[in-house]
Amino acid sequence: MIGGLFIYNHKGEVLISRVYRDDIGRNAVDAFRVNVIHARQQVRSPVTNIARTSFFHVKRSNIWLAAVTKQNVNAAMVFEFLYKMCDVMTAYFGKISEENIKNNFVLIYELLDEILDFGYPQNSETGALKTFITQQGIKSQTKEEQSQITSQVTGQIGWRREGIKYRRNELFLDVLESVNLLMSPQGQVLSAHVSGRVVMKSYLSGMPECKFGMNDKIVIEKQGKGTADETGKSGKQSIAIDDCTFHQCVRLSKFDSERSISFIPPDGEFELMRYCGGGMNRYRTTKDIILPFRVIPLVREVGRTKLEVKVVIKSNFKPSLLAQKIEVRIPTPLNTSGVQVICMKGKAKYKASENAIVWKIKRMAGMKESQISAEIELLPTNDKKKWARPPISMNFEVPFAPSGLKVRYLKVFEPKLNYSDHDVIKWVRYIGRSGIYETRC
Amino acid sequence: MTDSKYFTTTKKGEIFELKAELNSDKKEKKKEAVKKVIASMTVGKDVSALFPDVVNCMQTDNLELKKLVYLYLMNYAKSQPDMAIMAVNTFVKDCEDPNPLIRALAVRTMGCIRVDKITEYLCEPLRKCLKDEDPYVRKTAAVCVAKLHDINAQLVEDQGFLDTLKDLISDSNPMVVANAVAALSEIAESHPSSNLLDLNPQSINKLLTALNECTEWGQIFILDCLANYMPKDDREAQSICERVTPRLSHANSAVVLSAVKVLMKFMEMLSKDLDYYGTLLKKLAPPLVTLLSAEPELQYVALRNINLIVQKRPEILKHEMKVFFVKYNDPIYVKLEKLDIMIRLASQANIAQVLAELKEYATEVDVDFVRKAVRAIGRCAIKVEQSAERCVSTLLDLIQTKVNYVVQEAIVVIKDIFRKYPNKYESVIATLCENLDSLDEPEARAAMIWIVGEYAERIDNADELLESFLEGFHDESTQDSDNPDLRDRGYIYWRLLSTDPVAAKEVVLAEKPLISEETDLIEPTLLDELICYIGTLASVYHKPPSAFVEGSRGVVHKSLPPRTGSSESAESPDAAPPGVQAGEQPAVIPAQGDLLGDLLNLDLGPPVSGPPIATSAVQMGAVDLLGGGLDSLIGGGGFTPVPSTTMPTNLGAPLGSGLGDLFDLTGGVGALPGSYVAPKAVWLPAMKAKGLEISGTFARQVGSISMELVLTNKALQVMSDFAIQFNRNSFGLAPAAPLQVHAPLAPNQSVEISLPLNTVGSVMKMDPLNNLQVAVKNNIDVFYFSTLYPLHILFVEDGKMERQMFLATWKDIPNENEAQFQIKDCSLNADAISSKLQGSNIFTIAKRNVEGQDMLYQSLKLTNGIWVLAELRIQPSNPSFTLSLKCRAPEVSQYIYQAYETILKN
Repeated sequence: MIGGLFIYNHKGEVLISRVYRDDIGRNAVDAFRVNVIHARQQVRSPVTNIARTSFFHVKRSNIWLAAVTKQNVNAAMVFEFLYKMCDVMTAYFGKISEENIKNNFVLIYELLDEILDFGYPQNSETGALKTFITQQGIKSQTKEEQSQITSQVTGQIGWRREGIKYRRNELFLDVLESVNLLMSPQGQVLSAHVSGRVVMKSYLSGMPECKFGMNDKIVIEKQGKGTADETGKSGKQSIAIDDCTFHQCVRLSKFDSERSISFIPPDGEFELMRYCGGGMNRYRTTKDIILPFRVIPLVREVGRTKLEVKVVIKSNFKPSLLAQKIEVRIPTPLNTSGVQVICMKGKAKYKASENAIVWKIKRMAGMKESQISAEIELLPTNDKKKWARPPISMNFEVPFAPSGLKVRYLKVFEPKLNYSDHDVIKWVRYIGRSGIYETRC
Repeated sequence: MTDSKYFTTTKKGEIFELKAELNSDKKEKKKEAVKKVIASMTVGKDVSALFPDVVNCMQTDNLELKKLVYLYLMNYAKSQPDMAIMAVNTFVKDCEDPNPLIRALAVRTMGCIRVDKITEYLCEPLRKCLKDEDPYVRKTAAVCVAKLHDINAQLVEDQGFLDTLKDLISDSNPMVVANAVAALSEIAESHPSSNLLDLNPQSINKLLTALNECTEWGQIFILDCLANYMPKDDREAQSICERVTPRLSHANSAVVLSAVKVLMKFMEMLSKDLDYYGTLLKKLAPPLVTLLSAEPELQYVALRNINLIVQKRPEILKHEMKVFFVKYNDPIYVKLEKLDIMIRLASQANIAQVLAELKEYATEVDVDFVRKAVRAIGRCAIKVEQSAERCVSTLLDLIQTKVNYVVQEAIVVIKDIFRKYPNKYESVIATLCENLDSLDEPEARAAMIWIVGEYAERIDNADELLESFLEGFHDESTQDSDNPDLRDRGYIYWRLLSTDPVAAKEVVLAEKPLISEETDLIEPTLLDELICYIGTLASVYHKPPSAFVEGSRGVVHKSLPPRTGSSESAESPDAAPPGVQAGEQPAVIPAQGDLLGDLLNLDLGPPVSGPPIATSAVQMGAVDLLGGGLDSLIGGGGFTPVPSTTMPTNLGAPLGSGLGDLFDLTGGVGALPGSYVAPKAVWLPAMKAKGLEISGTFARQVGSISMELVLTNKALQVMSDFAIQFNRNSFGLAPAAPLQVHAPLAPNQSVEISLPLNTVGSVMKMDPLNNLQVAVKNNIDVFYFSTLYPLHILFVEDGKMERQMFLATWKDIPNENEAQFQIKDCSLNADAISSKLQGSNIFTIAKRNVEGQDMLYQSLKLTNGIWVLAELRIQPSNPSFTLSLKCRAPEVSQYIYQAYETILKN
């Protein structure tokens, strides 16, 4: 199990050091600083073994978090714990920075004492922690309050406390997807996949039982067996979801047997599920992903001192929808001396410091196309190495889910309180963003 | 108000000031002072002098202050044990507090204070807390038992805490169950023999129920514990798998990987014909792919594990090549791992895409990554024959870039391509020769020399080309070298060349074994063991825990469950028809090619650290080659002294020993004394085997184990096509070479065969431990028999332990692992016993005479690294000896005793 946990600033000074096991000494703190933080080379692995001691580290801005052990621990668990630790700290005091850590070091020690016992992670849900780690000293809790806290921390629904009340029961669902694409210069899709998240923000009273439904092919086909015509209609729009993971509030065995997603949500914001698509060519061909934009590059070398670049982008979705925050980044060689750009839409600029032409368009409707052309002057060099031609990358945001996922319903039941599913105000929003969206040129 | 100011007090006299503040009457001031103390402690200042003052602040109703004081105590109690006692009262009192949070805090902290005197006081509060009405206190107390066990294991056992902990597995609260499981698993690890966890279908059922209800961390503890369970049959395995699969959709990657571990392990027990087996295979792919969208550090852990899974069960991910394509902004450690998996998944179906990708990668910036990409192109050529031509032309393109390290790497892999497809791509040699001057890395130079040598007839100026390498020859090999291995090999060639060029030609130009398709495969037994460690550090390092964990925790070897299921015997690889084994197993070769290639590559420095060679066909061939060559050199009397002008004066000695080593390698049959060999016994009577009678025994000589067999044909027809195979067994015994019966066996004829064995086969615990199941095939049928082998054939030559080490180990092994036996009716004296046992690799470390009795202290080591320590008590007048054995794996003791009996009485 985890033997100790250290937090360092960018210089390698220790900000927090908590040792859980006898086999970890103070010298471990220094070993990590010397061998990893101060190492001359770039870090080649997130796990380092120094003198039979293993160090796991993650970095948040310029803060290093390192977990140390001498045993054969569950490595995946250690990293999951370090991320969780970051989440908890962020939930308590915001950004993880040297200043914030120093300002809250007593709190951090208190948290570390609670969420890691003898190196074994314990309940680390912020919802639960915030009920009793408050930095206010001991509050005069009643006996009922105390047992409520302990039963929540150890209980089956450790992520939600009882007795939450809202005047207005409301929930927000965000379907957030990022589309990743790698395309050859000829327009052949080399790889395309979507990674998506369903984020829920709930302000619901009591212990609401929720049921979430989407256009999952398997579910719809099962339901459609009775009514044949409905299968024809909705079957087309359904998508196959095979590779998804859920927040721990979701009853997994129920999903496995019935494919229904039921849960009691934590209060406030949380990530209900995460899914991928497209990369799994066995389950879904890449055709099923709507690629919102197509980039057509044309690069011509005119002699040794000039490049001509022409890039066309085409939007590929319903004309009624609008894409936003479009940005195309065209890399230029290191020996570029000057650039002239002409674009039909938006603004384009050569940024010498970034070695790229950046073309920005505020909005663009579906089924349109636009074009940029540039002349790049090059300084003659005797560098033998050819320019590696990094891919053209693109950023955008579209108001739909490129995987085709649709929310069908989210039902809320709270039998003990007097509000019903109809009284809950529900909001659904779809946002498709570019992940790594690249076209080779 | 912020706390960061506490970090900035660095003036002199600080300790004095703090002392004053700690003793202040004002609560706020006290708290401020304690915070300053903790801040100083964090940055590594010694504030232990303030111990009494800080402990004085402990009695407070301010929980925050109390926690800070506890933190201080945990850090310094060990250095001030006497003062730490001052804190005991408060702890004991807090354990009775009405607030469960305070009770838990007290018991949690007390367990972290490693002071004997405090530990004594901990027992009573802990006993109460284990039965506390509040689950929060119970879950904390469960972990506390593990803490206490780490400080004083005996105390925990004496106090009966282990039983209470076991009871908590049935607790109504899932988190209590999870922590109890974690604590028990940890304690069980340091007692490999004890049946502490006592998993049975009932307790497994409880764990599976708790699995659905506890926190993500608890699920990990439970899954990791489940993975150690051995279901009694395939049905139970399947029902557990069914209840574990829902965990594959958990958001926590560690839960997913631990579930994968359980499934991969239990799948071994399922028949491949089962529908469920196929379903399970399909279910495993999506979660593994999803792990690749996690944060980079977790991706790294996942990829290291996928690398193992792909080797064990390639079918799971064979269609998922694309997800392993490298992204531009992946961290370098993710890129390198993805590349590794891409090579493993490359096949004819996806080779075009893979090559296109690899070519892109070869133009990236990171040198290691580029080199690996170039190497990967070479691997593709060797693996997928249809792609070889494209690979070669891609490599030529890359050579044209003239980037130094790309060129060198390309030449190294082209050498391998030549090995695989001889005389096919000579046209590229001209291009390679153009780049001769830019080669500065030993491996690339060696590859180039090999190519020039191999195709000397077709290169007009081969001699000129080689000339250019001669400049540094002295530095790179023979006499000026400090590396004895290199020097000796240099001498071998030199002697060879100067004595008998014909023999030299035979040796050097002998036909080379084919290059294998796969490289860097993990040796199968290690792979199986690593599969049992999915998700853990061992799977990240690709090393068994014993390689990086100190102490006793790493000793337990885990292994996959044996395959059960009845209908699959025909297709499962373990039960493949005897004789095909050598061809079926992938020939694992060191990354640099075979031994001959290696001879040329000598200047690489340390020997290739490739995996142990499983089917030693490749290596054996090469060794024979050298052995034979030398035999003929010396035996033929052609050994003429080399003129002393070129021969260093001290040549005699090293040469002699070098030759001796070579003889050792060839096996030294019969000449040297070895372990005791029992007379041959009939293993397979002719009645049961359609006329084939097999009798045999086991022998160990100079480090090599062999099975001495006599095959007798008692039938009326000629027998031929013999082959032999072993079932998995406790120590991984396996034939090191095929069974070679040179001529068909005529009726009433016998043939004696010595079958060399190794211990790198698959491991499965047998009952009795030394049981060996053998299948023998001939042209008539396949026959099965089982036999018991004496354990002393597994005693290795380096089983002599250092005296100090012996003493320490003897003390370290718990007393319950000690076993006593009587050896009766033996009339030898102590010295005779010593020397007799030594012949079988049982080494006497010390001899003492106590009150007229002779005590012999002995050690031995088994092939799998288990040490056994022995104390033999001999009374001069009494023919009965007392043998005490201590071993971390006490189940072997009985068999060691049998070995003693056998050796001493014969």
